[in-house]
Amino acid sequence: MDTSVGPTAEVDSKQSLAFNTLTFENRLRQPSEFAEIAVEIRRDIIRSLVRAGSGHSGGPLGSSDIFAVLYFGGIMRYNPSDMHWNGRDRFVLSAGHMAPVLYSTLANAGCFPKEELGTLRKFGTRLQGHPGRDMHLPGIETSSGSLGQGISIAVGMAISDKLIDRNDHCVFTLTGDGELQEGSVWEAAMAASNFKLDNFCWLIDNNDCQIDGRVPDVMNVYPIAEKCTAFGFDTFVADGHDYADIMRAFDRFRENHVNKVGKPTAIVFRTYMGHGVSYMNDKFEWHGKPPTKDQAIAALEELAGNE
Amino acid sequence: MELLGSKPTRHGFGEGLVTLGERYENVVVLGGDITGSVMTQLFKDKFPDRFFSIGVAEQNATTIAAGLALSGKIPFFASYGAFCALRNADQLRISVCYNDVNVKIGGGHSGISVGPDGATHQVLEEIAYLRTLPHMTMLVPADFEEARKATIAMGEMIGPAYIRFGRSPVPLFTTSETPFAIGKAHVIKDGNDVALIACGALVWESLLAADDLAKSGINARVINAPSIKPFDFNTVTQAARECGCIVTAEEHQVHAGLGGAVAECTAKNAPVPIEFVGVKDSFGGSGEPEELMEKFGLTWKEIAAAARVAMKRRDKGSSGVRSIVEP
Ligand SMILES: [Mg+2]
Repeated sequence: MDTSVGPTAEVDSKQSLAFNTLTFENRLRQPSEFAEIAVEIRRDIIRSLVRAGSGHSGGPLGSSDIFAVLYFGGIMRYNPSDMHWNGRDRFVLSAGHMAPVLYSTLANAGCFPKEELGTLRKFGTRLQGHPGRDMHLPGIETSSGSLGQGISIAVGMAISDKLIDRNDHCVFTLTGDGELQEGSVWEAAMAASNFKLDNFCWLIDNNDCQIDGRVPDVMNVYPIAEKCTAFGFDTFVADGHDYADIMRAFDRFRENHVNKVGKPTAIVFRTYMGHGVSYMNDKFEWHGKPPTKDQAIAALEELAGNE
Repeated sequence: MELLGSKPTRHGFGEGLVTLGERYENVVVLGGDITGSVMTQLFKDKFPDRFFSIGVAEQNATTIAAGLALSGKIPFFASYGAFCALRNADQLRISVCYNDVNVKIGGGHSGISVGPDGATHQVLEEIAYLRTLPHMTMLVPADFEEARKATIAMGEMIGPAYIRFGRSPVPLFTTSETPFAIGKAHVIKDGNDVALIACGALVWESLLAADDLAKSGINARVINAPSIKPFDFNTVTQAARECGCIVTAEEHQVHAGLGGAVAECTAKNAPVPIEFVGVKDSFGGSGEPEELMEKFGLTWKEIAAAARVAMKRRDKGSSGVRSIVEP
């Protein structure tokens, strides 16, 4: 347990494997304010994965900056103490294996105690290896993990909001880039455009990695942005580690939504798998494994220095 | 039970949907390009604002339905069973059943009575798959009226559900008064010599088989089992105990469908000889429905013959004394 006291306590708690109680508000921020939040999200990913002893490190770490802006930059409307609130925007993690970043984000938003992150993948946990709706973890809108399905679910939610309930809610969904190899992703894209879902925002974590290697070596999915555009999306490419750029992309989506442009939005985030932990950076080998205890401590130290 | 006419079960689905649309504002329908054939056109004409054409994309339609259900809607998606039970098998498993959401699927063109379209469109395997899915409700109505009732019932229950219906007209013999409930099988003709347990179009054939058996002094019990899941263990176990032998009949592979459900139930509760009438490990083909039902052995004649075999096995006092029979 993290019980250290005294002048070094602050530093110790940042590097410690123990979870803290720090949470963050969802509000408009300057780009420079997100680094601190993203570091905390990454630390909690490391802390939960090292306890789990299995799970995906690379994608969650690589997308932490996007999650920091989406959940803590006033982009998405939600109420951390009532994640069933009817007025909420929805987020669907289509790339279900990236669950650790969503869990860590939700815990840092105060949706559930951070300590629970320590139960990731363990027997009886609400933090299933891939999100399970049956566990009723606040903020998990749907089960996901069979790739290509979450985006279709998100399209269904967006149809419900825009065409049936006719409200102003938005639906965000995140897919990986390897996930684009699933044909049903493009069925969903076709439908989002067909129904003119300008309340629909598709985030693509383009880290160019998947389990077997670099994406084009497994099955080429490029050019991604051009494909999205051809499918009828208003498409933006953004640096997924540059907070100002991430904010700009989300702002463009907001404008599309407010102006009812009649088109869905796609944002291709260029990211590095494992970003924030140098020994993992841009290495597809880190797609599907957790750090050892020593590796985790090294990662936490590095993250503490980067804050 | 008397013959009241002839009508396709898909018409019952289409009419039931319209009733649901009138009763519930949040019932919505997704089309898969064959809306005339699976009768969702009726709903579309009446409630155009609640109808969404998804095109020929059954995986997407199934998952979009899950998203709609997660947003408080009651979505129905209908296509041919080959495509909305099996092509989308993983979407049903994860997005619908694991999520345990209110998605309702109407599967048409079931069985070989589809006729000329041939094997690709004659689904014969989906009962087996769907009844293994946790949370799934799986219904196989016997005629138009039961299909109408089953459709309304699945719309009014909470959770994933699937209804299987066919293309061609089939005998109509139930009325609005005939009882129907999810989870229930009904004895529609009493008897204690052999139990004929059937679903879909083979319920009427079982009644014809019972008539034929009666001529030889055999008093068959006929059970209509439209609720494959949840399954009526009581009615089936009681039939096994009181009749001592069973014939199952379905327009589906003999493996793992209604026959499988009956065998699992009786093996546990009242082991008795069972004969299985169904398609024996083969694909269908083109032809007129009657020709195909004859070719694949799905008429009252096979059911009556199977009843005699089942009784003989029972009377020998052991279900295991004959030589091994493969499907
Ligand atoms: Mg990737």
